[in-house]
Parts: sequence; C-alpha cells; structure tokens
Amino acid sequence: MSSEKNVIKVEGLHKHYRIGLKEEMHDSFLGATLNFFKSPLKNYRKYRSLYRFDDIQSNQRTHIHKTPDNVIWALNDVSFNVKRGEVLGVIGNNGAGKTTLLRVLSKITTPSYGRAEIYGKISSLLEVGTGFHPELTGRENIYLNGTILGMRKKEIDSKFDEIVAFSGVEKFIDTPVKRYSVGMKIRLGFSVAAFLEPDILVIDEVLAVGDSDFQKKCLQKMEDVGKHGRTVLFVSHNMQMVTRLCSRAILLEKGQIKDDGPADKVVAAYLSSGRVSSSERVWENMQETPGGEVARLLAVRVKDEDGEVLESFDIRKPIGIEMKYEVLKSDFLLLPHYNIFNEEGDWLFTTIDTDPDWRGRRPAGSYTSTAWIPGNFLSEGLMFVQSSVFTLDPLIVQFEPRDVVSFQVVDSLDGNTARGDWPGSMKGAVRPLLKWTSEYENVKL
Amino acid sequence: MINYISRKLNSAKIIAKHKPEEVTIVEHRVGWQLIDFKELKKYRDLFYFLVWREIKVLYAQTILGFSWAILQPLIQIVIFTIVFGKVARLSTDGIPYFLFSTVAIIPWTYMSQAMLQSSQSLVQGQQLLDKVYFPRLLYPLTPVLARLVDFGISILIIIVVALYYRVIPTWNLLYLPLFILLMVSIPTGIGLWLSALAIRFRDVKHAMPFVVRMLIYTAPIVYSASSIPETYRFIYSMNPIVGVIEGFRSCILGTAMPWPFIWPGILTSFILLFGGALYFKRMEWLFVDVI
Repeated sequence: MSSEKNVIKVEGLHKHYRIGLKEEMHDSFLGATLNFFKSPLKNYRKYRSLYRFDDIQSNQRTHIHKTPDNVIWALNDVSFNVKRGEVLGVIGNNGAGKTTLLRVLSKITTPSYGRAEIYGKISSLLEVGTGFHPELTGRENIYLNGTILGMRKKEIDSKFDEIVAFSGVEKFIDTPVKRYSVGMKIRLGFSVAAFLEPDILVIDEVLAVGDSDFQKKCLQKMEDVGKHGRTVLFVSHNMQMVTRLCSRAILLEKGQIKDDGPADKVVAAYLSSGRVSSSERVWENMQETPGGEVARLLAVRVKDEDGEVLESFDIRKPIGIEMKYEVLKSDFLLLPHYNIFNEEGDWLFTTIDTDPDWRGRRPAGSYTSTAWIPGNFLSEGLMFVQSSVFTLDPLIVQFEPRDVVSFQVVDSLDGNTARGDWPGSMKGAVRPLLKWTSEYENVKL
Repeated sequence: MINYISRKLNSAKIIAKHKPEEVTIVEHRVGWQLIDFKELKKYRDLFYFLVWREIKVLYAQTILGFSWAILQPLIQIVIFTIVFGKVARLSTDGIPYFLFSTVAIIPWTYMSQAMLQSSQSLVQGQQLLDKVYFPRLLYPLTPVLARLVDFGISILIIIVVALYYRVIPTWNLLYLPLFILLMVSIPTGIGLWLSALAIRFRDVKHAMPFVVRMLIYTAPIVYSASSIPETYRFIYSMNPIVGVIEGFRSCILGTAMPWPFIWPGILTSFILLFGGALYFKRMEWLFVDVI
C-alpha cells in the first residue's frame, strides 16, 4: 500500500464562518423609527460581514489567528494525504468540522486558506437523490440525478437497466416521483449512487437512512467499491461501520486533526477518551439552539437514578433521558418525545410524553421532562437519541435534532444479567431479562 | 454476479489506462477570472438535463400545457391593442396596431421571463447549491435556454398574424438570427449580474417583478421609436431592448433597418454580458456561504 500514489493531498486547510447575526430590539417607537431609516446601511454591513473577514488578523506562517468572537473556525489547519485505494473514515463529534471538510473537498464551499489537490474523478454523496424533482418520473430523475453526480449520459444509458433493477422500483419507473413513498425515493437515489464509478468517492452519512435490508445491500456495494481500488472518504457517527469499512481513520476535533491511524485504533481511542458525542448537550447560544416558534430545546442529558450524568450505564439499571425546553407561546398542545437508535442506525423505539398532568394545553415557560428507560431492556452498545417536540393542532415540528446525545449500555459478565452465564456475543435490538420457569420430572430411564 | 463484477473491473482498468487523470485543485482564488469553458464542456450533459428539467416541469400538471406559451403573450397583445391602439390611438407609422405589438411582445415576453427566472436561479437552486458542485454558471444559464422553447412556440403567433395581414417576407428576415442572439444575450447578461447579487441580497427578488413591469415602457413595445426626439435617440438606444424590438419589427415587417437604434444596444449588451460573466466568477466562491 505504501508504494501507492497520494490521490488526495490536503495542505493547511482553513475555513471560517461567521455566526450569530443578532437582531437589535428597540424599546421605544422613536428608536424603532430611527432604526428603520438607518437599517438599510446596517443590513448591508451585516450581510457583507458574512463573507468579509477583514477583522481577522492572521499570520500564515505562525498560524496564530486573532479572531473576533463571532467567527468560528470550522477547519483549522487540516493537512493529510490519502493514498489510492485507501478507505478513509472521518470521525468526530458534531460540529468538529467533518462535514465542512467534505464540503470543501467536493468544491461546494471554498476554503478560507490552504489548498487541496485531488487526482482523479471525484464524486460526492452528501445527500441521497440530490436534485430529484417531484414532477419528473423515476426514469427522468435517474438521468438528472446521475448527471448531477457527475455521470455522462452515455454512462447512464448503459447502466440504466441495472440501476432500475437494483432499486426494485421497475413498476413505477414512469411514474412521477412525487407519487413515490419516501422509501422508494431513497432506494432510487441510492441505486443511482451505487452505480457511480469515480476514482474517489466522498460520502457523508447518507447511509443512515432507508430500510435496513436495503442499507446492507448498499454497504455491500460500497465494500465492493473499496476493493476495486477506488479511494473512499467516509464521514460517519457509526463507529462499527467505520471500523468495518475503513482501513484508516482521522479524528477531527474543533476543526483540527487529533488522531490519524488504522481505523480500529483511532475508533477505540476515540470511544475510550470520552470525547464521543457525550451524554449531555447544552445550548448556550440562543442563535444555535434548535427550535421553532413555539418551543426550543435548551439541553438534553442522560442520567442514572441518582441524577448523575454518565457516559455508560449498567444494563440492569434504569436510564433517564432528560430534556429541558422552553415553551415560548402558551396554550399549545405539545408532544415531547424521543426516538432511540442503536449504532447500526436501527430505530429501536419512540417514546412519547404521556404524563396525564401535561396532556392538555400548556402555559409558556421552561420545562424539564425525563423519560425513564427501564433496566434490563436495551441491548448492549452505543445508543443515539433524537429529542423532539411537535405541536399538535396544527402539527408542526418544533425541533427534532438527531444524535443530540448518546450513551453506552454495558452488559457486565458477573452473571446477574440477561446473558446469564453465556460469555459470547448476543444479538438483538433489546435484551430483556425474562422470567423463566421449568418443571422438572424425575423420570426413571 | 461474478460476471458482472469482473466486467466492471475490466471496464475500470480500460478507463484507467486510456484516460488522462483529472486534477482538481481546491483553493481560494481571489480576483478576476474568466469563464472556464473546458469545465463547462465537461458538464454539458448535466446542462442538457437541467434545461430539459426546467422545460418539463414548467407546465407539469396543467391542462393547457404548452398552450400557455401562446396564450400569455396573445392575451397581452389583445389588451395592448385595445388600450394603446384603439383607446389611446398611439402612432405606429401606419402599421396595424395588432401586428405592430405582436412583433414586439413575443421577444419581450421571452426577455422579461428569462430575466426574472435567471436572476432568481441561484436563490431557487440553493438546495442543490449546498449539496453538490457543478459550475455555478449553469444556474443562471438554464432558464435563459429553457425559455427559448416557449419563445419558439410563440413564434407561431407571429407567423399567423403576419399571414393574416398578408405581410410579404423580405430579405430583412435574414437578419433575424442576429436579433435572436441579441435577445438571448440580454437576459443572460442581466441574469449573471442579478443572480449573483440576489443570493446575497434578497432585495432583488422584490425589485425584479416591479422593474420588469417598468422596463416595458423603456422600449418601443407599445409605442413607436420614431416618436423619440432625435436628440435623445442615442441615449434611448443604449437600452439593448430597443435594438431587439426595432430589429424584430424591421426583419418581419420589411421596413428599413433602423441601425442607429440598434448599434448602441449591441454595445451595451456586450458590456453587460462580459461584465456579468466577470462579476459572477468573482463572486462565485461566496454563494454557498451566504445562503
């Protein structure tokens, strides 16, 4: 492998963004009126500041940047090389710069400084079914999506039948996509992507959707891709998938490379360091907190019976998932709920707040709601939480961020758990400790 | 299955052997750049499908379909004939008003709609802009080309009306491609400028429909160019729309080619187009960051 040529060379990549453009509030009519006349100039300056970074004093040689508070460095001096045929996993917490890195490498956004050289045809998959138009038929969308992803028309012509067969939507191929179910749309999008033949493939967690059988089929296809000498860059939260698919991984933290090496080693170090998208998340900046007009999320944490926030839990003990949210308008029917996913991305269950005290219309204010997952219920492994609040009547999603927190469930081997005396691996999405009874008869043989 | 894989492997090998390797450089380029025609050529299939999508989707789920391309300008022609021809009795140098306005409104309809859509193209395409890279230039160019289909269909109106008024084709008709080219270059130039501006400042969205409605009076669409005093003729003709309308009239109706009304516009539209391309390329890098 080491004799292979570098196909991606990244040198000193930086990318900064400006965040939190605050709106000013006025407490007097005069102030508001004056502001109305002054605002065009102010707005102009505000929107211009999104792409003008004159206020950053940077020294390219020493890499010391004096930055104002509202500028964040999504990538801060990232350098690495990728050899031909390497399957590189990019891991890190939310906001560590993984997606920014992929977006820069796929030319969607420009780096602020630094450069990257890419040798060979590159295709990026940041979304399934990019450019699908609901009014067009499946057939037409295959061509559109294929060319968007960098295929030539001739190429699609020759692979068309295979793509359709792979997707399994033959019957609906001349039906407008707007009449497809979500699953069918995803399958069609995946199928086009699966038949891309670039030298370098860039993938962002798109595999986290779709039904699991189809997901496996796509994973299989991806593994084939790796074996065919193609270079793959793969961003994921799914550590198991990274270890399985990737030969090498880099760990990003706050826009910088923290670790680089064989995938299993980097993943192991990452998981044990406690850096992993932790079991507590608090939004301090009101600009960034997920939320709609009626409710917004303030914090989510995973705790034990004593209220202590932990990263890993004993499989026998109850686990409390707590969310703190703010209700901005009174008299709405709210539906707080969690969706729990395992490491493979399987949707384990949804739990809805059914507390009878709060089933009616609620006053505005701050709420802290906890759902208790009983002990001896979840299986072993890393669990991801999607915390969400809908308003009913009208049904509006206030927030539903995925993977806000995660926690580890550990099944100890001391014999009192559902595994009994079995030391090997156990499958299944849940691991309940069930009551077993046996009747014994002493039969003389 | 094995067959399939080995076939794929083989094809990959063949490609690897014969194709010179592509090199992509990712960096922040500052300053003025020219259009990368080589890159555009690479994406010509995509361009074709984008244009085709635009055409296909425009009249999706309508009863009248492409008849709208005829109906819209036709109704405008009828209304203008009643208001400006019959009621206001504007001078048309002796040409029947219906014929007079038909010849102008068909290219005007194309230009105004292409202009509107092209200027909004980046804002409307932000979903795609954020997810995949292809030359950003394709966004404003797509509606400019797609709208030509409507224009092509609405040419039928000109043909029917010209037949009705027994207009005899003259050699002037040979100039028509020149004016169609000029007609296409105007929304292209404006689209390049305004789409790049609109992605940063959404004011463009609010200004455009209003500006387009005003623009119709800056060109000899409802009135005749001969009513413009000689002293203002040059300034008036700097507006390239004037040249297109006057050119179309002269081509189809066979009147003498009013070159003084046409040259200044050709010059302006060239500056508009060239400047637009430069400006667009200069601003291209920040489109995604300011969505």
